[in-house]
Amino acid sequence: MSANVDPETGVWTLNEQDVEYVALGAAILGTGGGGNAYLGKLRAWQQLRAGRRIRIISPASLKDDDIVIVVGGIGAPTVGNEKMEAGDEGYRAVRAVEQAIGRKATALGTDEIGGSNAIEPMIAAALADLPMVDADGMGRAFPELQMNTFFIYGVKPAPGALCDEKGNVVVFNEVASATWLEKLARAGTVAMGCTAAFALPPITGKQIKDYGVKHTVSQAWRLGKAVFTARAEKRDPVAEILAHEHGTLLFRGKVVDLKRWTTGGFARGLVEVEGFGDFGAQTLKIEFQNENLIARNGDRVVATVPDLICIVDSETGRAISTEETRYGLRIAVLGLPATPLFRTPEALAVVGPRAFGYDVDYQPLGAYVDPEPVVK
Amino acid sequence: MTSQSNYRIGIDVGGTNTDAVVMEGRVVVGYAKRATTGDVTGGVVDALTGALAETGIDPTAVGAVMIGTTHFVNAVVQRRNLSRVGVLRLCGPATGSLPPMVDWPPDLRDVVAGYVALLPGGVEYDGQPLVDLDEAAVRAACAEIRALGLTSVAISSVFSPVTAAHEERAAAIVAQELPDAAISVSHKVGRLGLLERENATIMNACLRELGARTLAAFRQAMTDLGLKCPLYLAQNDGTLMTADFAEQFPVFTFASGPTNSMRGAAFLSGLQEAVVIDIGGTTTDIGALTHGFPREASVEVEVGGVRTNFRMPDVLSFGLGGGSLVLGDCPDVRVGPLSVGYEIRTKAHIFGGDTLTASDLAVAGGRADLGDASRVKALDPELVQAGLAFLQRRVEESVDRMKLSRDAVPVVLVGGGSILIDDTNLKGASTVVRPPHYQVANAVGAAIAQISGEVDRVVALEGQTREQALALVKREAVERAVAAGADPETVKIVDVEDIPLVYLPSNAVRMRVKAVGDLHVR
Repeated sequence: MSANVDPETGVWTLNEQDVEYVALGAAILGTGGGGNAYLGKLRAWQQLRAGRRIRIISPASLKDDDIVIVVGGIGAPTVGNEKMEAGDEGYRAVRAVEQAIGRKATALGTDEIGGSNAIEPMIAAALADLPMVDADGMGRAFPELQMNTFFIYGVKPAPGALCDEKGNVVVFNEVASATWLEKLARAGTVAMGCTAAFALPPITGKQIKDYGVKHTVSQAWRLGKAVFTARAEKRDPVAEILAHEHGTLLFRGKVVDLKRWTTGGFARGLVEVEGFGDFGAQTLKIEFQNENLIARNGDRVVATVPDLICIVDSETGRAISTEETRYGLRIAVLGLPATPLFRTPEALAVVGPRAFGYDVDYQPLGAYVDPEPVVK
Repeated sequence: MTSQSNYRIGIDVGGTNTDAVVMEGRVVVGYAKRATTGDVTGGVVDALTGALAETGIDPTAVGAVMIGTTHFVNAVVQRRNLSRVGVLRLCGPATGSLPPMVDWPPDLRDVVAGYVALLPGGVEYDGQPLVDLDEAAVRAACAEIRALGLTSVAISSVFSPVTAAHEERAAAIVAQELPDAAISVSHKVGRLGLLERENATIMNACLRELGARTLAAFRQAMTDLGLKCPLYLAQNDGTLMTADFAEQFPVFTFASGPTNSMRGAAFLSGLQEAVVIDIGGTTTDIGALTHGFPREASVEVEVGGVRTNFRMPDVLSFGLGGGSLVLGDCPDVRVGPLSVGYEIRTKAHIFGGDTLTASDLAVAGGRADLGDASRVKALDPELVQAGLAFLQRRVEESVDRMKLSRDAVPVVLVGGGSILIDDTNLKGASTVVRPPHYQVANAVGAAIAQISGEVDRVVALEGQTREQALALVKREAVERAVAAGADPETVKIVDVEDIPLVYLPSNAVRMRVKAVGDLHVR
């Protein structure tokens, strides 16, 4: 089944199956974090069933001074699974930013393609009847707001807006830095009950083209479709992911230990995996802060952020979040290369291993290949 | 014979057969296998009568009867005998993007949905009210439910596993307004994850009437047979619940069939780590044992197409059994998923009928000695071999999926239909064990089951350490096990899960503790 792209306008319209593919691929790119994509997928389907549109446009189609407002969920996935959204939180956050800048958005976008935030903007986009741009700020997921390419490369980190289901809308008019935006937004989110929608400050069309990680919605869609098809045709979904993403099989094994602890207000953890097959008699240890951060085989560091360390079910290729990980699971650990935008010194200061407290130099896991866009 | 109640009777109600096994301690004294009846109770009475006759024991010497049944899960799967439900969700301004039953298969929703209301109420993750419970709104909803003539109500409230006050208060109001209604509250049915917990609660509610009828019939059957002991039902995790408890929580029986067969397989074979293949009249269930218990599924479990988060065993089920229809011609012979089910005794060739079934192939191929072999002598040998090869391959593929490694593993074969399989040549198996009493492994699993108590909640660690909080939760789990009928001397904590919740302030922890003990048979 091919993508529905209007040949004249270049607009890609998604249906329910497309949303499913994006959610599947996005979960893998979420590297263990990124929240639960199932509910997001259901809410996107509700929009389509109500007759609204989910449309994707290419970054190239933006004019340099167009305005893109990136929007997504912020907070604890456990809370989002329980206290589900009223439905218009993201939409209202977008409107609040528009009001603060006195301009309307041309398109919406996502901060992180990894996890449920690949889908969240689609809902606001459907309600606003705006398209969503085929790009994001990470090519994966990360726990904190300053960890995206837009802020790293100088997009002004204000005004942003936080919105909850109770009718609260908080606009951050001025912040000292993107890190301050994260601190204040996080504090606001906790006060709101640990789940809210957050709309980022406006990003221009030129900034999307210069600093965005491009064509990642296409990437998630193609990856999800490849895995889905591999399963249906009884081919190895893990091999499919590796081929599609130019990744490395870091490990295959069984989870034999799992520890969790808190540091600096975030829940961190360690997964220990006992290898089988080609990895028999080896042990892999992965540390995470919601997303997987570093993987060591014995004493050897085999992968670190910003590269993607993805844990998937060894047989089905289904992404396994750090919250779902437990003893006995048979997993494959995949290393996918990060965008070159994350591999510069200024980016590594924010998203490299040292930024997370590991005294380790970043060694890139292979070359990054630009995802093939659905709309050229 | 002493006056002590030494005997336990375990009963398994399967799709085709109802088995009853009498056990004295760890010894199988005798058993009976009878046809399952449409009303369930008939088959139970037949099997019980048969088992008592077979063993000659005095009914008053029986200390406990435990029944494992798929009757309730089958009702959901088949959309039969379900009641319409009044659904109340206490959520305030939240959750409206996904109303109750939004992800249900339409045909099931059409049968079960009676009334739905989203009302002010619910709490935040730390127990603070999201908005106050609107008692007048609950009463108004009850008026509508009464007008619609609904008699079962499901109440789910945001974060009720943290604090259930709103759910309990709403339930009290419903009980006042609708004194005859069966009420199911979500915090007693499921755990965190609103949609899945609400789904499970609504399913429980739609089964309450069937539960009451079924349990009443079971109790009557026991009285008629002179059994004066308590009645238990097997639940999803392989432990038992009292009949009264089962009447309120029929959803807890859903996975009891496969769980019992695996527990029975572990007990009879003595193996704690193995793949278990249970072949019945219609279905084959394949699971894996770890430490003598079924390995749990790692993903959400769908029941009848509805997503729930029950802790269920990881079981592969497919339509293949003794009564499965043999279709097609060589070389494309297929067996199942359709089956003659409990009509095998009249429809299969070996029993005088004219429907070609898997059992006919097994007899023709020399794998089993059942019915009248002369009636299948004329079958085309190629067809027989092709059909048997199809069976073997399907089972081997599933064994491969359940194994935890590429190494060959011990396999335990149970269930009456296990005769279909060539146990001398099963790919993936290091050894194949078909233990004594394999035909009634499910019933044995029910008979040896223990009693559990479980607590699963989010705890805010204000003013107490994690160790203190965990100790309190452990004590509560033990108390629940004892309240459910466990012998306090034997209760042990078997599972502890302690998860700091990501992105929540560091003083919120989710704690899940399970305690299990032996049935205190008086």
